[in-house]
Order: sequence, then structure tokens, then C-alpha cells
Amino acid sequence: MSSHPNNVDGLNKNSNTRVIARLMIIVVGMFGFGFAMVPLYDVFCDVTGINGKTGDKVTLDENLQVDTSRIIEVEFIASLNESMPWKFKPLQHSVKVHPGEPTRIAYVAANKTDHAITGQAVPSVSPGRAAVYFQKTECFCFTEQKLEAGEEREMPVIFVVDPELPDDVSQLALSYTFFIKPSGASEDTASLAHNSNQEI
Amino acid sequence: MSAVIEEHHDHHDHKPTGIGRWLFSTNHKDIGTMYLWFSFIMFFVGGSMALIIRAELFQPGLQLVEPEFFNQMTTLHGLIMVFGVIMPGFVGLANWMVPMMIGAPDMALPRMNNWSFWLLPGAFGLLIASLIMSLMGLGSAPNFGWTFYAPLSTTYGPASTDYFIFSVHMMGISSIMGAINIIATIMNMRAPGMSYMKMPIFVWTWFITAYLLIAVMPVLAGVVTMMLMDRNFGTSFFNAAGGGDPVMFQHVFWFFGHPEVYIMILPAFGVVSQIVPTFARKKIFGYSSMVYATASIAFLSFIVWAHHMFTTGMPVAGELFFMYATMLIAIPTGVKVFNWVSTMWRGSMTFETPMLFAIGFIFLFTIGGFTGLMMCIAPADFQYHDTYFIVAHFHYVLATGAAFSIMAAVYFWIPKWTGNMYDEKLGKLHFWLTAIGGNILFFPMHFLGLAGMPRRIPDYSLQFAEFNAMATVGAFIFGFSQLIFLYNVIKTIRGGEKATDRVWEGADGLEWTLPSPAPFHSFTTPPTVK
Repeated sequence: MSSHPNNVDGLNKNSNTRVIARLMIIVVGMFGFGFAMVPLYDVFCDVTGINGKTGDKVTLDENLQVDTSRIIEVEFIASLNESMPWKFKPLQHSVKVHPGEPTRIAYVAANKTDHAITGQAVPSVSPGRAAVYFQKTECFCFTEQKLEAGEEREMPVIFVVDPELPDDVSQLALSYTFFIKPSGASEDTASLAHNSNQEI
Repeated sequence: MSAVIEEHHDHHDHKPTGIGRWLFSTNHKDIGTMYLWFSFIMFFVGGSMALIIRAELFQPGLQLVEPEFFNQMTTLHGLIMVFGVIMPGFVGLANWMVPMMIGAPDMALPRMNNWSFWLLPGAFGLLIASLIMSLMGLGSAPNFGWTFYAPLSTTYGPASTDYFIFSVHMMGISSIMGAINIIATIMNMRAPGMSYMKMPIFVWTWFITAYLLIAVMPVLAGVVTMMLMDRNFGTSFFNAAGGGDPVMFQHVFWFFGHPEVYIMILPAFGVVSQIVPTFARKKIFGYSSMVYATASIAFLSFIVWAHHMFTTGMPVAGELFFMYATMLIAIPTGVKVFNWVSTMWRGSMTFETPMLFAIGFIFLFTIGGFTGLMMCIAPADFQYHDTYFIVAHFHYVLATGAAFSIMAAVYFWIPKWTGNMYDEKLGKLHFWLTAIGGNILFFPMHFLGLAGMPRRIPDYSLQFAEFNAMATVGAFIFGFSQLIFLYNVIKTIRGGEKATDRVWEGADGLEWTLPSPAPFHSFTTPPTVK
């Protein structure tokens, strides 16, 4: 601190300005960091597979060896977000597969209301650390799904379990949650919030 | 550290007059006074809410308030105590004492200091307005707990949540500007000869706290802005339907929230480090280790946030990391506690009111720290999380911890501020009633939590009745005893036995070389520190 003498007048304006400028940069930087946490969170989840995110569409590697020495049981779970009025269930409760063996399963969704609804399915795999090894080549979760009033449709998934799956994992659960697509959701959830606050 | 004063002038003691003195103040003493009075008033406001909560919980069943209103009380009690009592209280102490302790004439940015203060009545006016509107039947005040998790606060929050968000923005700006001011003051305006390692520990703890504030208050501003955007501008930061994640809310919130609780305790450590040596008539034991321990605690506070999230479904590796990192914080904290005790060892001790509160702090904060250590064991936390065990923990560290230290500081320094000694008998009475009442209030909560009583509930199973009744009795003793404190403070301001410059026999530091009361402008010429 010898370059900025605390002179007799008490205030050294240049030093103050410098300190304040540096501190303001930290403040703005930390505010940005708060927002940066959003993509950082996603990156962290993708890289580690924690949070059960399974990643995007995978192209099938034709040379992938099927490991017939292991049997993996994959269970299927269907959930709906509170404001989503569809019916949704898997066609099979579980399948037993070999790692490396492409498998096709399907869910079925039905829109029993009187108006068209577009939904988005969000997948999750448990245990979280196995999620990176669960690879989907086809999935209804890659795109929005629109069902007209009264329409029912089978929704397929083609997946392969990577043979690199850790040895201590022999059971996986694949869960989908169907949400109403956000542009519809903000109206519905806003009215849901409005209704739930009516009784004060 | 000894200070030799070459000259001290207080030739002009002209204070401005009228309401302008306060509205437009650029004087660190007046602004400190305003922060302290604001904190004291909010203490009674938040305290009344606590008494409403405890009154409802006195017996099983719903007797006094609707559950919806109860939730508003718990939320506002937490927000007011954290942001309206503890933080402004410490900022008030910083404003009063830091310039005097380093031999500076005022803070580095006196006009920004004014704005930092006046933002607070605005911010809390907004928050309390939402409560008044709620009482008028116009919609709930914030009712989602002081931690305002999404989606309860975003998708399902009442209309007043947007007021809450703006209130937090204003409080955040106030704290950030205050912290910038403190850092600039400490870095640039120390008297000649006062190197960093000669500064009083209170100045060190505030220096480090100020860095924590500028690092994490902007993150809080970010998270409430994201809430605002999710609620009003169609974004989906915390809404899974749009690709967001409610658990991410918790990560961002607690990234702020954990350092926040250290922000609320480090200045308390500083106060105790000033008081104990004074009444033990012995220098603080291990000055440099106190500084390094404080810095270590601050650094570690950034890497432990997810210990508030052990039950969210984190993978084992994450739970282990946060558990070990949290355990580490016990080490520098232990260093500080042992140093305070070592300071007292073979000291020549007297037990005036500030010392009683300081020793009470050391004992009761340590109890709170022990329960914190229990909670940091991730598998054990599955039992404690969201129960009254947690409530007991944080009230021990914040109420019988941080709040005790603010009370200690007021008794310690009020003779310097006013020129009058406080009434020692009333001070001791206040201490004993507060300490006993506080323990009757909070200790049973450990048992309630272990027995399984969840937190934030207006009604409970019958087996929790006895301890709840005990806690309520303690609450009313604790709460009403604060009126003794109020009476004593006002009585001291108005008159009392005249205080000397030094006030306390063992007092050491630049602030004790000034007259009592300290002149409106002090150290206009810096002293030289040898």
C-alpha cells in the first residue's frame, strides 16, 4: 500500500475510485455468474449424467457388440405433470435386455379432452450415474407431440444400453413425465395459481 | 496494539438540524445510529410475528390464526430477522465503529452510505405493505418460507411475491453498496502506521464479511430476477415443463444462502473479539490465527452450499464432498472459540453486561455449532432435515449467537456513542432473562426435531405438545425481556452516569482515545499509530 499514501487529508480519491471499480466488476460478474449457473448446471449434468438426463438422440453404432453375458432389466414409468390432462402409460412394465442390443418399446398417450393439446415428454433415468449409458436412437421425447381431441397414439422408444454400463448396475428405470408445452402451460398454470389463491 | 495519538481535534461539533440531519446525512455516526434504530424496530416487528407463531403453537389444534396466515408469519419473521435485524444491525455497528477504529474521519463514500441506509425503510415498507394488504383481505403476503423455493414461490406464489422480489432487490443493493463502502474505507483510509495486521479484529471480520457480501448478494439478485422472469415473462428457469429445474433454484439460492449465514456471524465473532480482551484485561490470544481462521471460514463457506440439499436426491459423491467440506469449517471455528477461551485464561476478569453477553455467545453459539456438525453428517441429516432440529440449530447460532453479539456490542459501545453509562442492573437483568428465556425457548426444539416434528407447520401431533408449550413460555419471557433493553437504551441516551473517554478499564484501541460521546466529526486529522 506504499504507493497510495494515506495522506493527511484522509481521502485518497484515486485509490477509492480504483477499489470501487474493481469491486463493481466483481458485483456485476457475480450477478452474471448467477445467470451463468443455468447453462453451467446443464453442462455439469450432461457431463456427469447426474440428474438422470439421458442426452440427445444417438446414432446406432452398427459394430456395437452385444454383451450376452449380462441381462439388464429396464422398467418403465409414466407420469403426468399436474396440469396435463392426458392419459399416459407404458405398454410394458419392464423388459430384459443385453447391453448393446437395440430394443424397441412403446408408451401410449390419450387425449380425452375436447381440444387439441401439445405435450413435451421429459425423460429421466435412475440410477443417475447410469443415465449416460442409456442411449436412445428414437424417442417421442425428442419432439413435441400433438394429440387432437380424443386422439390416442402409441409412442415408441428405441434404445440401447451401452456395454460400458458399470458392472454393479443391473436394473434401470426409465421415467417420462409429460408436460403441456410451455406456451399452453403458462396460461394453465397461471390460472391454477390464480385459483389456488382465490380462497385467502 | 497500542496507539499514540499526536493530536485529536474536535473543534467543530456543529451538527445539522431538523429532519434534514437524518434524511441527508453523510455522517457515519448518524447513519450508524439510523441503522441500529432500524434494526431495533424490526427486531420488535419480527419478534411479534414470532410470538404469534409461538402462541398458535402453544397447544395442538388451530386456535388463533389460519394456516395461510401462519405461513405468512413464518416467512416474514425469517425475512425480517435475517435481512432487517441482523444484517442492518451489524452494518450499523460497522458504520459507527470501523472509521473510528482505523482512525478515519468517515466512510470512503459518505453519500452512497446515506442511500444504502435509506433503501432499507423503502424495501421493508414494500414487504410490510404486502402484509397489510393481506390483513385487509387483498391477497396473501409471501407465504413460502424465507427460503422461497420454486415452484411454490414462482408458479404458486401469491401476487405479492413480486413485491417481495423488488424488496429483495432493494435490500441487496443496499448491502452491496455498504460492503463496497466498507472495503474502500478499510483499504484506503487507515491511519498512518496502522498496517493490516494491526487492525482490530472487528475491522478484520467486517473486511472479510464485506467481500462475502459483494460476492453473493448479486447471486441472490440473480435468483430473484429469475423468479421474476419465470412469473411474469414466460421463462422456465425453474419449471421442468420448459426445460428448467426446481432443484437448480435450490443450488443458486443456497450458493448465496450459505455464505449469507457466515455474513451474519463473522461480525459477531469480531464483536466478541473486541469485548473479551477488554473485560479479561488481556490481549486477544492468537491475533493472526484469528485473522486466518476468519478468512478460512469465509473461503470454505463458498463450497458447502449443498449441505442444505442433502435430501434432494444428490448422488453419493456429491453428498460426501459437501459433508467433508462442511466438517472442515469446524476447524477454523474451533480455533476461534479456543482463542477466546485462552484470552480469558488467567485474565483479570469482570462481568459487566457486555461480557455476560459475549460469554453467553461463546457458550450458546458453540452449542449451535455442534448441532450444525451433527447435521453435516449427510445420512444423519435425513432425519434432521426440515424438522425442528434445524430450527433449534439456526436459532442458537443466530438468536443466542448473532443477536447476543449485537446486544453485547450495544452495551459495550453505547457509552462511547452517548457519553452516558447504561444502567448496569437493568443490563444484567436483561441478560439473564434473555439467556434463560432463550434457552427455554430453543432447547426443547432439539427434542421436538429428533422426535419428528416438521418445521413450518401450524399444528402438530399430540406427542409434541409438552415441549411446544415449554418453548412458547420461553418465547414470551425472551420477547418481553427485550423491552428492558429498549428502556435501558432510551434511558441511556437521555442521561446517566457520565462516561470517561476510555469507559472500560481494559479498553484498547483508537476509538477509546476519543471523547465520550464521540464528536460529530472525529479524526479529521489522522492519528499516528505506532
